[in-house]
Amino acid sequence: MAVTTPDGSTVHTSLGQGWGRSFDMKWVIIGLCIVVVAWLALIPLGFLIWQSFASTSTAQVPAVFTLENYATAFGTTDSLGLMFNSLKFAFGTAAFALVLGTFFAWVNERTNTPFKSLFFAMSIVPLIIPGILFTVSWIMLASPQIGIFNQIFRDWFGLATPLFNIYSLTGMIWVDGLHYAPIAFLLVTAAFRSMDPSLEESALMSGASVVQVAFKITLKLAWPAILAAFLILFVRGIESFEVPALLGLPVGLRVYTSAIYDAVHSYPSDIGLASAYAMALLLVTSLGIYYQSRLSSQGSRFSTVTGKGFRPRVSDIGRWRYAAAGIFILYCIFVVALPFLVLFWASLQKYYAAPSWAALHNLSFAAYGKVLAYPGFYGVVWNSAKLAIGGATVVMLLTSVICWITIKTKIPGRWVLDMLASLPLVFPGIVLGLSLMIFYLNFDIGIYGTLWIMLMAYVIKFLPYGMRYNSTSMIQIHKELEESAAMSGASWFTIFRRIVLPLLKPGLMAGWIYIIVVSVRELSSSILLYSPGNEVISIMIWEFWQNGQYIELSAFGVMMITALFCFLMVVQTLSKRFGVKDV
Amino acid sequence: MLSVENLSTTYQAPGAKPVLAASNINFSVPTGRLFTLLGPSGCGKTTTLRSIAGLERPSKGVIKAHDTVVYSSAGNIFVAPNHRQFGMVFQSYAIWPHMTVFQNAAFPLQVQKKRLSGKDIRDKVMKVLAAVSLDHVEEREATRLSGGQQQRLALARALVMEPRLLLLDEPLSNLDAKLRDKMRFELKKMQRELGLTTIYVTHDQSEALALSHEIAVMNEGKIVQIGSPRDIYERPANTFVADFIGTTNFVEGIVRGGTDDRLVVDTRIGQLNVNAQPGVSIGANVSLSIRPEDVHLSDTAPAPSSNSLFIGTVRAKVFLGECQDFKIDVNETQLLARAHPSVRTLVGEQIHIAIDPEKCTLLAA
Repeated sequence: MAVTTPDGSTVHTSLGQGWGRSFDMKWVIIGLCIVVVAWLALIPLGFLIWQSFASTSTAQVPAVFTLENYATAFGTTDSLGLMFNSLKFAFGTAAFALVLGTFFAWVNERTNTPFKSLFFAMSIVPLIIPGILFTVSWIMLASPQIGIFNQIFRDWFGLATPLFNIYSLTGMIWVDGLHYAPIAFLLVTAAFRSMDPSLEESALMSGASVVQVAFKITLKLAWPAILAAFLILFVRGIESFEVPALLGLPVGLRVYTSAIYDAVHSYPSDIGLASAYAMALLLVTSLGIYYQSRLSSQGSRFSTVTGKGFRPRVSDIGRWRYAAAGIFILYCIFVVALPFLVLFWASLQKYYAAPSWAALHNLSFAAYGKVLAYPGFYGVVWNSAKLAIGGATVVMLLTSVICWITIKTKIPGRWVLDMLASLPLVFPGIVLGLSLMIFYLNFDIGIYGTLWIMLMAYVIKFLPYGMRYNSTSMIQIHKELEESAAMSGASWFTIFRRIVLPLLKPGLMAGWIYIIVVSVRELSSSILLYSPGNEVISIMIWEFWQNGQYIELSAFGVMMITALFCFLMVVQTLSKRFGVKDV
Repeated sequence: MLSVENLSTTYQAPGAKPVLAASNINFSVPTGRLFTLLGPSGCGKTTTLRSIAGLERPSKGVIKAHDTVVYSSAGNIFVAPNHRQFGMVFQSYAIWPHMTVFQNAAFPLQVQKKRLSGKDIRDKVMKVLAAVSLDHVEEREATRLSGGQQQRLALARALVMEPRLLLLDEPLSNLDAKLRDKMRFELKKMQRELGLTTIYVTHDQSEALALSHEIAVMNEGKIVQIGSPRDIYERPANTFVADFIGTTNFVEGIVRGGTDDRLVVDTRIGQLNVNAQPGVSIGANVSLSIRPEDVHLSDTAPAPSSNSLFIGTVRAKVFLGECQDFKIDVNETQLLARAHPSVRTLVGEQIHIAIDPEKCTLLAA
């Protein structure tokens, strides 16, 4: 028992009540977390804004205030086309993904279509096939020069001109839309599940057909959620880097993300212009996230992936169920089977060739050996592992404290903290990379060009994910569990370490695993931050592509997909045993 | 041992005006006594308990335990809950699901300032687990205990630290009726044997009456009456207490006359003799509280005494085994009565009623 003196020297605040005046471990840790989050979320953004108003500095001429960047970025017909392209691409991608995803969600939740159980397994596909590999595989399938589809149509039907051209806006929308459809599927499924089934059943009893119910009741009721899903997909689309860079840039079809990359990598690099583009991009993503959060019901800023769990009866759609299953199988072929097979095929070749009887005789595993013997291969893998595990650990621990503050305490202004930690949602990866790059180039504290700056980018980028995973778990911890520990005499730090963190474990582990997986495939921030010797896996794939080493790329890609798949399978098996939430 | 002086606690709901959840609470509890805060939900009893625990920060007042001030608004003193050494049993029990029974009970000893050896901890924990008959399940996961066992584990965890004060927040409310009766008995036995000063919060009046040395009845953030269980039950200070503590008949009337120790009150059921109370004068409007079990019924006219006598008509009766409940019309006013099963009068017949002046509680109208 602490003896309390009248001058209050051992005074402590009660759990989650107001501010204390004493020096306490609790306040050190909380204060540190607040400072770190504020630093991470605000500094790059602030500097980016400043930079967008500065002229390019050279050795002779220092940077001065200017609006010229904005004039170049917005004032020319060229720039109007850029904005138009970006919006068209994002809109098309979101619409295509949403139509596919909503259709699959409805089929899965409301009809008796066969193979339904495979739908959820499909939803992890974007996790295990990184965007860059998916894009590359579609180039191999549908490019006018080497695309297998085009060759088949040429050889079998004698078409003179290639039928498909992946290097087009339609091609870009097709590839990204296919890839994002599972996200739409998960979002809309959640909305369908949280819907009272009696609303649809009463329509059915009123004599409406299954399709009428779907259009007049189900979709109408889910409309806010579907619109929110659309905005999420739209933001994803406008942030997308791999597809515009690989499919758009070669034919001069530029969107904001690829224009930023272009501006930085042209010579001399135009940071001011890139910053102005980045500001435009930020404006669009901020608006998207803002309206999405307003649409999402009751304060939940994030997609509601868990619902109340209604299980309505499924409708018999008769023979149409085979058609639905057919569409689904076709989708699986387009998204998993063909991309993986084409990469696998390419990886077995000595020189890239389309599948043929002749090429079949040249199969070898030489490419795999070549990749494994590649200089720096193990260093690259080790870099990725360090960044993924380090980033995931930092994010989950940091956000566990932040979530504790925002959910368990009544500290005034805690919403600011919540907002700061969710702010990176509006940073497209390339913008984040750009802002960190120019900030740490100007304020040299020795992390530019090292792994540390990439770690910082990953931590910032995945803070919102950490918040989402931790907050859903944190809400479920009854406050009396902490209070009883305090009554038992435990300090704040002990309570946090021995009660809160162990109880948080399901969400903590799920978020940790998720962040590891998405870190390994992160490209759009890394592309501006890596330096020779500090490459990561996704950068190595990018370099293979730039160098035209398609065979090595394919072999590497196959290994990566297999490794990610095995990792997720092991994790799912383990998590069933240890009660970790689904990733 | 525990004294609470002028305690007020405001509760700040998010986005709402602050609410004075407990205002101007005063009471003291001598060592070894069980003191109950009783009242309906929202009356401020839990807020008061949590203020004593240190889980809420009061806005005003002084809380002293064993002559140590743990809170004083004037002295700017607030001892953190983890430094108060009060044991507490929560309504949800707050058993940590990621620990075994033993780990749950050992936690307070592991985190306290005074370091104990593993063997000492083990001895103390096993002793307290034995006291609540949980020593045979020490290695079990805490979540696999039944409700009653969880409640006992929560108690063991509160007791193992040898608390200076035991705080119980509706500890029996999550148990089923049968288990609740059993645990109530065990809790009382244990509290009396250990002589542990205890503050008990409940909304269940029979629990409060059965367990407590003293009860404070609370309503709308204030203590409306403090007294022994018998006091509270037999002499409720006002209609709220009388109504809350149990079923009762309220009879309105006007004081017509009386002597130094007796008053005669004119009511709609007739003239009632009542014990005199200081401050009540002739002509005052009063309200009387008469418990159903104090309305004596008999098939034949009782012998004359100081009791007020009436004749009424039985409107309904319910046989409950060890007693019967009657509804009786007396001069067109309904009285509830609880009588011995031997009373045979049938519904519709006339019955004799006797009311002891001692049992009529005079409430201000």
